[in-house]
Amino acid sequence: MAASEVKRSGGAPAHDSAPRRPVRALLAPDRYRGFGVWFGFVVVFLYAPIVTLVVYSFNDGDMIGMWRGVSLRWYQATLADGSVRKALANTLIVALFATLIAVSVATAAAVAIVRGAGRFERLSERLIALPLAIPEIVLAIATLMLFALIDLGSSITTLVLAHAVFCTPFAFMPIRTALAQISVSMEEAARDLYCTPAECFRLVTLPLLAPGIVAGAMLSLVMSIDDFITSYILSGPGNTTVPVYIFSMIRQGVTPQINALSSLLFGLSLLLVAGFWFSSRRS
Amino acid sequence: MSSARARTNRVLGLAPVWLLIGGLLLAPLLLVVAIAFTEQGAYGGVDWTFSGAAFVSLLYNVDFDGTASVEWSYVQIFLTSAALAGATTAICLLVGFPVAYFISRQPPSRRSVLMLLVAIPFWTDLLVRIYAWMIILGNDGLIASALSALGAGWLYRNILFTPKAILLGMTYNYLPLMILPLCSSLEKLDGRLIEAAADLYASRWSRMKDVIIPLTAPGIAAGCMLVFIPAVGDFVTPTIIGGGKTLLFGNLVALQFGSAHNWPFGAAIAVVMLLLIGCAGTLPLLIRRRLGRVA
Repeated sequence: MAASEVKRSGGAPAHDSAPRRPVRALLAPDRYRGFGVWFGFVVVFLYAPIVTLVVYSFNDGDMIGMWRGVSLRWYQATLADGSVRKALANTLIVALFATLIAVSVATAAAVAIVRGAGRFERLSERLIALPLAIPEIVLAIATLMLFALIDLGSSITTLVLAHAVFCTPFAFMPIRTALAQISVSMEEAARDLYCTPAECFRLVTLPLLAPGIVAGAMLSLVMSIDDFITSYILSGPGNTTVPVYIFSMIRQGVTPQINALSSLLFGLSLLLVAGFWFSSRRS
Repeated sequence: MSSARARTNRVLGLAPVWLLIGGLLLAPLLLVVAIAFTEQGAYGGVDWTFSGAAFVSLLYNVDFDGTASVEWSYVQIFLTSAALAGATTAICLLVGFPVAYFISRQPPSRRSVLMLLVAIPFWTDLLVRIYAWMIILGNDGLIASALSALGAGWLYRNILFTPKAILLGMTYNYLPLMILPLCSSLEKLDGRLIEAAADLYASRWSRMKDVIIPLTAPGIAAGCMLVFIPAVGDFVTPTIIGGGKTLLFGNLVALQFGSAHNWPFGAAIAVVMLLLIGCAGTLPLLIRRRLGRVA
């Protein structure tokens, strides 16, 4: 760590004969002492609770603070629970359909925004970012009121629509980045070779954009699966999602079963983030 | 292809976004503003007559005989929420800036790995992250067990279910939202400017104060807003590790659509929350203008 902070380039190379200068003087002008250590602390702070949770989900004992050996019994108990399985299925269905909507909408918008630079395009880009600028609770209750007013009860469909709204900006960002990297000359070449605009999009733009779309889909899936606030406000008795189920479990008290279910949810998120990471690197 | 055709295609491409976000975000928000100015219906719904009663009841408690007394409890909740969200933002900035700076000065390949490392907790369920703190903090939690195993149980102070725990939980939740925009702002900062400042005998502190921070002000503002917005509306953290004892804005709104069932009042609180965020959003602009005048 210290070695990497030492300025290597610039100035005369240090000779053995030269008097040894203290390390402090060798620190590159853009480096700050202790920032690396601080980074380490913060990473530990960010991961300690999650690691604790996962480790204790394998605890054989009934008590949270007491370690009684490794076992999978809480996972077995969790997965054998019918209502957990139902919640898990609901979560996945909502996430898949919300992502399908979000990715389609975001792809169409990204193509229009990146390839055109008018006022309407800039306004639309602001609109897409708007869900990030409003507290989720406000958006959730607003949506609830709208659905109640037009007599749409709580169903999986309303949940999917509400999720699609806040998933769209997350799907949009990687797609936009990927599209900006695709040279317009590729599309122009295709058109010179008598491609129709539809063919050009399907045969040239879309395949080049695929990694960006996959990355956007992964982010959108994570956002939907991990969402609590919107699902809590909008889901009725029959369409609980996993985070809402965990919430009701927590309110009844801390049990090792929550650890197991939470760890499963964390594992799912991690898998999707990994998917995002690899697909965004490819683009 | 003619430009008119291209224009039509672009408008067609943007139509779904306007349909989705316009229909399910703009329209509901307008509805919230509208409902905030109505009266509560007799059966808990909305009575569509124009009224400022919901806003009045935020400040005054009107009795049946028409006498009004000032109601401080909502003002208190407002101030607590704003203060907790503000403190969370300030702590996240102080804690996150060195982290973001450190990441931004790494070689690009390592930088993206470190950014992913910071992002993973953010991509984890909010509820799971907060619940994890319950395991650590509680009376029979990890810290308590570890201390009593060492015979130092008397050292343990339970902060679970106190405002301190809420502050810790919120800082933990939203720290990545501060670090990531700071990173992308800091990595665009040209290192040669810092070297130039150093060559002109600027001290390390002065380089930070006069070069690095002013040049990354937009990133700092973005990070602060990204932390402040969810923090001010957070009702999960106060409910779980606050033990539901500290009522915040988010709790109050959620209550009106749950057991209290007073839609106009809930909508009025939501409008006040949006106004607060709007005010907080102009703050960075004002500060930047002040700074611009000084520099």
